[in-house]
Amino acid sequence: MDDGRISRHGSGAKLWLAGGWLLLALLAAIFAPLVAPQDPLAQDLMLERLPPFWMSGAEPGYWLGTDSLGRDLLSRLIFGARIAFIVAFAAATAACLVGSTLGLVAGYFGGWADRIISRIVDVWMAFPPVLFAILLVAVLGTGLSSVIIAIAVIDWTRFCRVIRAETMGQSRMDYVENARIAGYGRIGIMLREVLPNVVPSIVALLSLEMGIAVIVEAILSFVNLSISTDDPTWGGIIAEGRLSIHQAWWVLVFPLITLILTVLSFSQFGEGLKARFDPVLR
Amino acid sequence: MSACLDIRDLSAVLPNGQRVLRSVSLAVQPGEVRALVGESGAGKTMIGKAVLGVLPSSVRIVEGDMLLEGEDLGKLQPKARRTLIGARTALIPQDPLTALNPSRRIGPQMTDRLVRILGWSGEKADQRIRQLLDEVQIRDPDRVLKNYPHELSGGMRQRVLIAAAFAAEPRLIVADEPTTALDVTVQKQILRLIAQLQREHGTAILFVTHDLGVVAKISQKVSVLYAGKVVEEAETAALFAAPQHPYTRALMAATPRYTDPFASLKPVDETVLAGLAAEIASADQAWGRPHG
Ligand SMILES: Nc1ncnc2c1ncn2[C@@H]1O[C@H](COP(=O)(O)OP(=O)(O)OP(=O)(O)O)[C@@H](O)[C@H]1O
Ligand SMILES: [Mg+2]
Repeated sequence: MDDGRISRHGSGAKLWLAGGWLLLALLAAIFAPLVAPQDPLAQDLMLERLPPFWMSGAEPGYWLGTDSLGRDLLSRLIFGARIAFIVAFAAATAACLVGSTLGLVAGYFGGWADRIISRIVDVWMAFPPVLFAILLVAVLGTGLSSVIIAIAVIDWTRFCRVIRAETMGQSRMDYVENARIAGYGRIGIMLREVLPNVVPSIVALLSLEMGIAVIVEAILSFVNLSISTDDPTWGGIIAEGRLSIHQAWWVLVFPLITLILTVLSFSQFGEGLKARFDPVLR
Repeated sequence: MSACLDIRDLSAVLPNGQRVLRSVSLAVQPGEVRALVGESGAGKTMIGKAVLGVLPSSVRIVEGDMLLEGEDLGKLQPKARRTLIGARTALIPQDPLTALNPSRRIGPQMTDRLVRILGWSGEKADQRIRQLLDEVQIRDPDRVLKNYPHELSGGMRQRVLIAAAFAAEPRLIVADEPTTALDVTVQKQILRLIAQLQREHGTAILFVTHDLGVVAKISQKVSVLYAGKVVEEAETAALFAAPQHPYTRALMAATPRYTDPFASLKPVDETVLAGLAAEIASADQAWGRPHG
């Protein structure tokens, strides 16, 4: 059991680091008006392209510098986190509910239910996801809810495929047969016996999907298809930063780092949680 | 008195039309242990699954009846059949690891069935489970009931499953090679436990094995299965004293003996196999004719 313990500690450290970052970002998002040092929309041409705090020419109160319109970068990142988290939670939860339910049904019942669901998934996945998202938002119109709907509509298949495969594996196990012999109903077995064994995977995928939703939202903002351009979003800031990379690299680099840290944290947090949840790995 | 389990002329086919069970007839009287012996792939597990109503969807029963304490399973509505099978039978499986739900603690797993299927109170179920754990000689029930399956050894898991099988006082237990997945020293203990609980509870057992040594120890009657066909059936003592079918004799010759270790594991003779093939072919022909 020694190696098990080592890997558990390894995953424990990752779990705490990733969870810590996510908690920090989440708190910043929730309390954005209180913690942001400046108004994220306030332009001041006297303060344009201020460098971050450690460089010469920095102004106190503008920790990560300002963009080409003189808006405070840190405040914009903090307010951008709000949209990122709203999209992450809403889109990932919706995709998870739809995908996991269909995956569970397909994997457990098999037969025609599985054939129909698997066919839909195949057809769905034939669309390139980013094009699909852009198309959907173009049809639904830009705005927070269309971004959420677009991500959920595209990515439920990820849950469906993984949960279907896991459920199939579990359904072949003797404990399921034993429950049949004992006289439990099919739906009861699916929910009470099989579902708890796929929950760790659902949790891991859910967290991963939140990271993916953050990226997709950033991409959509980047191509100007997300929220109204006034509200700061990480993708929008990156798009602006790209234009002034030679004059003010920080406007591109800090949002990129924030985005990458957040996405990585979501996936690591999910893996860590899965290891915690799984009684065999635990 | 009607038989506990009465299988009559049971035939089952695969999607390609090939028969996996060939007009199997077999009865288990109340309180009796009937061994079902045969080599790998003979269809022993299939028979057990047919009785318990968990055949794979690709296998279809095309003929025959199965009576559980006189009730014709084929004539019952699915729901009534499930309820009957759930109340009167239990399985002791081959692989004690996958037969327990890995994400649930042993305690709730065991009591659940008594509470939900038989409608017992939680307290009564808990008492019953503890009594059974004591009978299978688990000395620290408090710990075991709180454990997850992977925290127990193979032998302990099989004890838990034996306790669970007997807990609801079924009339019939199907034991499908319950010792094959265990190591040799544990095999003996588990076999002894099953025999002991069987005697004390008076439960009928359909005991599937490929080991004639186990047959001799545990059963009163034997059916010898080859390619889904019962080739010989007899009282266990009579079978060992005077095996009738050449295949049975070959199986016995293949069983290792202390006196002559080098004579062990003789492959079944060519002529015996040829005879069996002819027997199966003519049985299939006779079966095929009236069924078109
Ligand atoms: N799910 C299935 N679908 C179709 N055929 C199957 C299936 N499972 C088993 N079979 C076939 O049915 C026959 C009987 O299999 P069964 O598992 O009953 O044998 P067995 O006597 O229990 O063997 P063993 O000693 O290896 O457990 C075999 O020929 C096998 O290939
Ligand atoms: Mg078998």
